[in-house]
Amino acid sequence: MTTPLTKQSTESGSRAVEPLLKVQDVSLSFGSVRALRNVDLQLMPGEITAIVGDNGAGKSTLVRCMSGIHRPSSGTIVFDGAPIDFRSPEDAREAGIETVHQNLALVEDLTVWQNLFLNRELVTKLGPVGILNRRKMKSEAERMVSTLAVNVPAVTSRVRRLSGGQRQAVSICRAAGFSSKLVIMDEPTAALGVQETARVEELIQRLRSEGHAILIISHNFAQVMRLSDQVWVMRAGRCVAGRRTAQTTGEEIVALITGAQAA
Amino acid sequence: MSPTTSEQTAEPAASGAAPVERQSVSQRLASFTGWSEWAAPIGLLVLVIVFQILNSTFLSLGNIEAMLAAAAILILLSVGQTFVVATGGIDLSIASTMTLSAVMFGVGYGADWSIFLCCLLAVVTGSLFGLLQGVIIGRGKITDFIVTLGGLSVASGLALVISDGQPVTVISRFMLRLSTDGIGIIGWPVIVALVVALIFHGVLFHTRFGTHVLAAGGSEDAARATGISIARIKTAVYTVAGIMAGLAAILLVARVGAAEPAANTQFLLNSVAAVVLGGVSLVGGRATIWSPVCGALLLTALTNGLTLLGVSQYYQPIAVGGVVVLAALLARFQK
Ligand SMILES: Nc1ncnc2c1ncn2[C@@H]1O[C@H](COP(=O)(O)OP(=O)(O)OP(=O)(O)O)[C@@H](O)[C@H]1O
Ligand SMILES: [Mg+2]
Repeated sequence: MTTPLTKQSTESGSRAVEPLLKVQDVSLSFGSVRALRNVDLQLMPGEITAIVGDNGAGKSTLVRCMSGIHRPSSGTIVFDGAPIDFRSPEDAREAGIETVHQNLALVEDLTVWQNLFLNRELVTKLGPVGILNRRKMKSEAERMVSTLAVNVPAVTSRVRRLSGGQRQAVSICRAAGFSSKLVIMDEPTAALGVQETARVEELIQRLRSEGHAILIISHNFAQVMRLSDQVWVMRAGRCVAGRRTAQTTGEEIVALITGAQAA
Repeated sequence: MSPTTSEQTAEPAASGAAPVERQSVSQRLASFTGWSEWAAPIGLLVLVIVFQILNSTFLSLGNIEAMLAAAAILILLSVGQTFVVATGGIDLSIASTMTLSAVMFGVGYGADWSIFLCCLLAVVTGSLFGLLQGVIIGRGKITDFIVTLGGLSVASGLALVISDGQPVTVISRFMLRLSTDGIGIIGWPVIVALVVALIFHGVLFHTRFGTHVLAAGGSEDAARATGISIARIKTAVYTVAGIMAGLAAILLVARVGAAEPAANTQFLLNSVAAVVLGGVSLVGGRATIWSPVCGALLLTALTNGLTLLGVSQYYQPIAVGGVVVLAALLARFQK
């Protein structure tokens, strides 16, 4: 219902729009555990896509393949028209994929601004050595954080002192910065209270309206129905179904997840 | 922090860097520097006062000069150890690497190399040995404790093999002046050590590498997810420790007047002790340079003061060990 009408119409005429990301026949095993089996799915630009599924279904593993942590044992992922072969998270970030990981990937002992600019530090070249431009990073961080719907204390405070919601906001803030084309969020509101969840959802919707494509993993069906344009259902390492959110119901999704309904 | 939150958001973000700077200073005092970071400087101050009361020659120029000269080697080793501990590791080989570097200095000297080349050889030896350990720890993903314990053994063994157990007397104007001259009462060794410490303070807090060292120590997963290569960081910090061991070897040779394969075990314990006293988190992620430097000065003052008071040498390791465990306990209580 919060989805603008224009989104719906691009969707119905989406034949012409190329997917931003296509997962084709991707498999990955950890020893004898087949975490991903021939997964096929796609993400459209400017949309919020959700992946749902039970614990251990392989959602995080799939996301880690997109963000350069794992490499699929077979199959291809096409991003922005070209097949990707990320050797490290650095490559994924270079390509424009930013990830907010399930276990809040912030360094608690560093400050908010240091985390926001981690591995993207601004430096002033002094001959061969780059000297950190701390002042510029702090004021930039101040600007990035001030646009958040969540109140975050001063950017010079250590992340250790932040609440779960504030940390999540900082993670999302980092992912949304640096002109990313795709922001992936693995259970962004799992640890949050009602108010923080609402704020983070607002943030996610704002990212979409700013033109970011978003991939969100969530166990919260109400949230998925509220936010997403497209839902993919995973079960035991397979992607078993895909639905336009507007054309499905929470009950149907639950049935697909448990296997009570075949795709 | 929470009381300032509302002001924070009310303030226009563009209002510039000044408030940001001011806040960082007040914050530093409030939270950034927990008092474990102050343990070493405060302890040093207390120790100096106590020893001065007990023996008025403690703060005589001659004794200060002697203490500073004795502290220089330990300061260098502590700086190297700090980088390693900041990543959550430990370098047990640092003192043996210094011995090996000193022996290699002697090899160069024996082959009639210029003193400059001998110094270079010592530093190159230390850095290569550190690099090798770093590669095994970083790329090979083997526990630092085991690798550097092995490194300790290998380096001291190599030092004995290469030197055949014999010291090489080094007679050089440069080395003599290095160990005896200085600016006023401050000898060259401690000037060198402090300048190096200052440079590496800059490296830790004002370069990307330094930030990545702290990030890798704070949370490997989080650092890796932003694209930081943990293997590279680990390799680099053990190399830094090796470089420090090499530099320390030069000061050691100058001090002793010879390159000898002595064990130097007390330097290992003391370098770890200085880092602990300096409030560096042993699990990584939090570190300063100035505080371990104070820790090194404290340990030197402790040994010196006890000697002045006529306490037997045998008690000194006990005093050092006690102080370190006490510091670690205090740091624990802070949490
Ligand atoms: N690094 C790993 N090594 C071995 N097995 C792994 C690894 N990561 C994931 N697995 C296994 O792969 C399967 C899928 O895990 P994954 O984390 O992708 O699930 P998920 O769908 O994200 O679950 P949740 O909803 O609980 O987060 C699980 O059986 C898990 O045990
Ligand atoms: Mg998961």
